Amino acid sequence: MVDVFVGASNTITSIGFSTAGHVKQIKANKIGISIYPGGNLYPTPVPLSLVDHRQLLDLFQKYLCKTKTDLQLGLFTRLEMLHILSISDVLKSSGINIKDPRTLIILSTTKGNIDLLEKDSYPAIEPDRIYLWKLGEFLKSFFNNSNKPLVVSNACISGMLAILIGFRLIKAGMYDHVIATGGDIMTEFVVSGFQSFQSLSPKPCKPFDAARDGLSLGEGCGTIVLSRNHSLCGIPEKIIVVGGSCTNDAHHISGPSRTGEGLYVAIRGALKEASLDPLDIDYISAHGTATDYNDEMEAKALSWAGLERVPANSFKGYFGHTLGAAGIIESALAIDSMKNNELFRSAGFENPGISKHINILTDHIAKEVNRCLKTASGFGGCNAAIVFKKI
Amino acid sequence: MIEDLILKLKKEIINELNLENITPEDMDAEAPLFRKGLGLDSIDALELVVLLEENYGIKINASKEGPKIFYSIKTIAEYILNHQKKINQCSERSS
Amino acid sequence: MEIYENFNILPSRMELLITRYIQLQDHRVLLNGIVEYVSEVGSVGKFNRSVYRHYNIDYPKFFKMDNLSKLGFLSAEILLQGTDILKKYLGEEIAIILENASSSLESDEKHQESIRDRNKYFPSPSVFVYTLPNIMASEIAIRHKVKGENTVFIFEQFEPEFIDHYVSDLFRNQRVNCCLSGWIECYGDHYQSFLFIIEQEDKIKRFKGLQECVILNTLNVEKLFKGKSI
Repeated sequence: MVDVFVGASNTITSIGFSTAGHVKQIKANKIGISIYPGGNLYPTPVPLSLVDHRQLLDLFQKYLCKTKTDLQLGLFTRLEMLHILSISDVLKSSGINIKDPRTLIILSTTKGNIDLLEKDSYPAIEPDRIYLWKLGEFLKSFFNNSNKPLVVSNACISGMLAILIGFRLIKAGMYDHVIATGGDIMTEFVVSGFQSFQSLSPKPCKPFDAARDGLSLGEGCGTIVLSRNHSLCGIPEKIIVVGGSCTNDAHHISGPSRTGEGLYVAIRGALKEASLDPLDIDYISAHGTATDYNDEMEAKALSWAGLERVPANSFKGYFGHTLGAAGIIESALAIDSMKNNELFRSAGFENPGISKHINILTDHIAKEVNRCLKTASGFGGCNAAIVFKKI
Repeated sequence: MIEDLILKLKKEIINELNLENITPEDMDAEAPLFRKGLGLDSIDALELVVLLEENYGIKINASKEGPKIFYSIKTIAEYILNHQKKINQCSERSS
Repeated sequence: MEIYENFNILPSRMELLITRYIQLQDHRVLLNGIVEYVSEVGSVGKFNRSVYRHYNIDYPKFFKMDNLSKLGFLSAEILLQGTDILKKYLGEEIAIILENASSSLESDEKHQESIRDRNKYFPSPSVFVYTLPNIMASEIAIRHKVKGENTVFIFEQFEPEFIDHYVSDLFRNQRVNCCLSGWIECYGDHYQSFLFIIEQEDKIKRFKGLQECVILNTLNVEKLFKGKSI
């Protein structure tokens, strides 16, 4: 029987360039969502969570110098810089050899290099890097990995699917190690699209709160190692993926089912594969986007699954909804909570605004966390649930 | 005047919402647009918001104001005419 | 020491079979390799509409979809017509695992165009919603109440080996009992769909008048995709 361990991770958002950096900021209650005054990303003011661009360029330039590549900044898109920094950070902390033929890269993204659609955005870059498979190939070549990368593009559950599929492929013996990397950048494309849905809050988002009025968009990148070999994972704790499931509401292309059935079935499937009961779960890292419908549906699903007492949070109040990166960034932070037995308050939450009670964290607390459930839902009615367990 | 606007709206709605095999004559201006009647959904409601802004310069919030304004083609027409009346009144006062 | 599980061999009662497949390409509809319908040469939009009409489909939402979702929808609609798949399996038991190359690029460009000019700035939610490739799978799921695993993978070309291995693994671990899988690609003038039904041998019975079922393996999937005989 193969155990699939999760290991070193990296997360990049408005509040940091590493997982440890994120945890430090979260403990200090730092919110990375601020009012973008209007400009290239959108004509009028809107709260956004943006990666510090100067710091990104600075770090990337330093990385290029250190690795002595002849390549210049202008040959990389913004998203590629994020992925390269994120993947390299994880490789530094773990013993995984990315050139090993038994290592697979799984990329999750909703829009990839969509900024290539903007006129003259990257004069030195081939326009066909807009294809998601080409982005995957670019990263694979950059790191000299020998396998065709898997590219998953499944709305906001993409990141979780990258982890779930990595888990399944390692368990099936197809690979020994997976570098699951998820990213999405902020563009006018995305901001204008979500605005057309009137789904963005005019203030930093408040997941599960009675005053919630929409989501806050964030950009980011997250990478996590999965391996059958714990000694290569880069963390002393033995944390494994024990179960996961993906479903579809089959209800509507943009609105979740009102009953929460699809997510409930995904949760039930994940728990069943993990051979766990709801009461075995110590912590839930929820999707919690702060839209009216998502949070209500998610609360219903969690309650239906018998998880209403389990401490839960959403990380999106700190750095927004990072779309294709969300599943990986938030899983990385959830696993960090497991490592350190500490849970964080759900930023933006003050008073419950869902019809089913769930136990949303209002403070940072110390708690032994041995089994964690991560959930997500996305456009198209897709849902995903994964269970992580400390052994 | 409202009849002209209603006919114009019917054509715009058919076009913007990709309503195939439906003519303005098929559409009852007083029938509910959502749940019954044409059975429009939440994306259609947001498209109507865009239609109102693009063709009539009116911005509304779909979830707060939509249900009332978009009840039927007639209620949309009435809202547009009231809005235009208010604008005319404002510009008359200021001139 | 070789410690990898041999995932290629399933117990014989668990043989996975492709029980039916459809292709929409070059203005043709082929069911199990046989041409069923030929439309006039024209754009993908024209092709989609003529297929919709030819098969007497009644689903007004079709006209709101983008070309990629229309292609996927039609493929699933005709493929499932006349089968008992939706009676035999619960929605939760059926998976949709698809591949494509261009993601939703056509809708992406349409949306980008709508925001090009700040003086004529009216992004459309009904365009934006199709700027995700998984929506084509969701349209199939909504139409047929398919509620199981659903994932879209992006590859440069159709990768039959990946489908073979990944879908076999889903069945082996009892995550699905039936799968709709294949390649749905649509960008500009190029469109191609290849969609097939995978079931376990002990759950199927032979259909009258159709070709014999084909064992699911990389070579067979590739042959069907290329229109070669098995």
